[in-house]
Amino acid sequence: MFWEQLLNGLTLGSSYALIALGYTMVYGIIQLINFAHGEVYMFGAFVGLFLVTAGANIFVALLGAMAFCMLLGMLIERVAYRPLRGKSTRLSALISAIGVSIFLSTLMVLYRGPNTTRYPAVLGDSTFQLGSLQVSTLQIIILVIAALLMVVLELAIKKTRVGKAMRACSQDLEASKLMGVNVNRIISLTFATGSALAAAGGVMVGIYYNAVWPYMGTMAGLKAFAAAVLGGIGSVPGAMIGGLSLGVLEIMGIAYLSSSYKDAIAFAILILVLIIRPQGLLGQKLSKKV
Amino acid sequence: MDAFLNQTIDAYYLRIMIIIGINIILALGLNLITGVTGQLSMGHAGFMSLGAYASAILSIQLDAPFALALLGGALVAAFFGFLIGIPTLRLEGDYLAMVTIGFAEIIRVFFLNFGPGGKAVGLSGIPQNTGFTVVWLLVLVVIILNRQLLTSRVGRSFYAIRENEIAAESCGINTTRVKVLAFTVGSLLGGLGGGLYSHYMYYINPQDFGFMKSIELLNMVVLGGMGSIPGTIIGVVLLTSLPEMLRIVDEYRLLFYGALLVILMIFRPNGLLGDVRIYDIKKWWGKKGGRGT
Repeated sequence: MFWEQLLNGLTLGSSYALIALGYTMVYGIIQLINFAHGEVYMFGAFVGLFLVTAGANIFVALLGAMAFCMLLGMLIERVAYRPLRGKSTRLSALISAIGVSIFLSTLMVLYRGPNTTRYPAVLGDSTFQLGSLQVSTLQIIILVIAALLMVVLELAIKKTRVGKAMRACSQDLEASKLMGVNVNRIISLTFATGSALAAAGGVMVGIYYNAVWPYMGTMAGLKAFAAAVLGGIGSVPGAMIGGLSLGVLEIMGIAYLSSSYKDAIAFAILILVLIIRPQGLLGQKLSKKV
Repeated sequence: MDAFLNQTIDAYYLRIMIIIGINIILALGLNLITGVTGQLSMGHAGFMSLGAYASAILSIQLDAPFALALLGGALVAAFFGFLIGIPTLRLEGDYLAMVTIGFAEIIRVFFLNFGPGGKAVGLSGIPQNTGFTVVWLLVLVVIILNRQLLTSRVGRSFYAIRENEIAAESCGINTTRVKVLAFTVGSLLGGLGGGLYSHYMYYINPQDFGFMKSIELLNMVVLGGMGSIPGTIIGVVLLTSLPEMLRIVDEYRLLFYGALLVILMIFRPNGLLGDVRIYDIKKWWGKKGGRGT
């Protein structure tokens, strides 16, 4: 029972982690809570659905959704955030993000209606026995894809030139500009990367829970943001750990405490952690400059 | 007074004006926390729901008079604001924002499971005591007291914390105490607005006070201009009547609403009346009046 719940928790947590990565990467560079991120995740899930319904292979659908959301993320950044950069407070950018979020979810409601659409069963779920443990192949596939994406991301950030530029920008945007980094391009690429990961999370959640709906991004986005903060916002490994632990704790809470308090559990954990450790699990405590 | 208004003004417009009044009280509370003191709160609807439920239960279960029910609701919200403020206000910026979202969600889930509040079904049969006169009298009182507060020594320390917390601290301001005070007063107004809301709608449901409601209130404060009383009022009037005006575009309403938020922020990044105070408007009028050169 415990181990099965742990596996369920990790599956849910890996989707939180994939969304949380986008929050944390964008936040690390421009200190913006990208509230439209949950909607990008929702669009990813829907694009995946369209491709699967059109007869595409699930992996093609996953890549298609990621590519679409990459463009969507870059478009959002170009239209709604870049014009504000440098001449407004961070709160105005936040409101702009909220505007985009309302716009996108309404767009999907107009197109598909507010109701839930079922995902076609594309991967044929089967379970097998592993010792005393019931494991579903679907969970394994989701965990493997999520792990793969995170490893690729980690390598891209650590080893490539663009990754190095991203790290430089998150340390000091102005100094990076002076060192010849094309800051606008890097920010755009950061949005693209984060959005692609969210899209992957969306498609996987769609397959796993067998349902997508236009407002699915709101709660998932909030919880993923909670995961990013839990891990220490701005920290990439923090978002992964935060997402996974939030997923596990939430499932454990539902299993052993009460399911009617489902949505409160994640936030209660988050608040407790932040009261004890205000910078999150892996966040750095910066001394304030005067 | 209310009877006279009911006869002369179309019920639809009267309703919008009452909602604008309630929203002004709510938004002025949030303005104290976020606009003036600079502590980003994204869970104001949580305090609103505490006030709404507490006052409704006082009215229904204990038959409390309206004024007492409103006061009770406001005090309950203020008490929780105080309680939540103490441990959390040492968090900064977006960490604080996350915690306020979290608390509002926890409060919402609590009411979804709270027997006396009717659980998910909601609470109905609340006496409809809120009318135009009560709301706008309270709006007037709140504006005047708000103005008094902001021009006082305490009010100036609110602004000081927003501008530079370290500098404020080194000037001898007890920043934690002042922040908790701002948070408590803000929550009090949230609770008061909530009480007025529940006694106007006579039916409330935990979903009325979700994340989107908090965001809507935050939009009003930021759009009008952070920290400015006239700005907040303009933000409220605009964002409350805008969705009504957009009824002509019917189902595309929220699409326009979202797009307008983005466009307004691009063209007025600091809000429509960023940091204009009643005092500044007076000065501006004085100049226009041609006194001096």
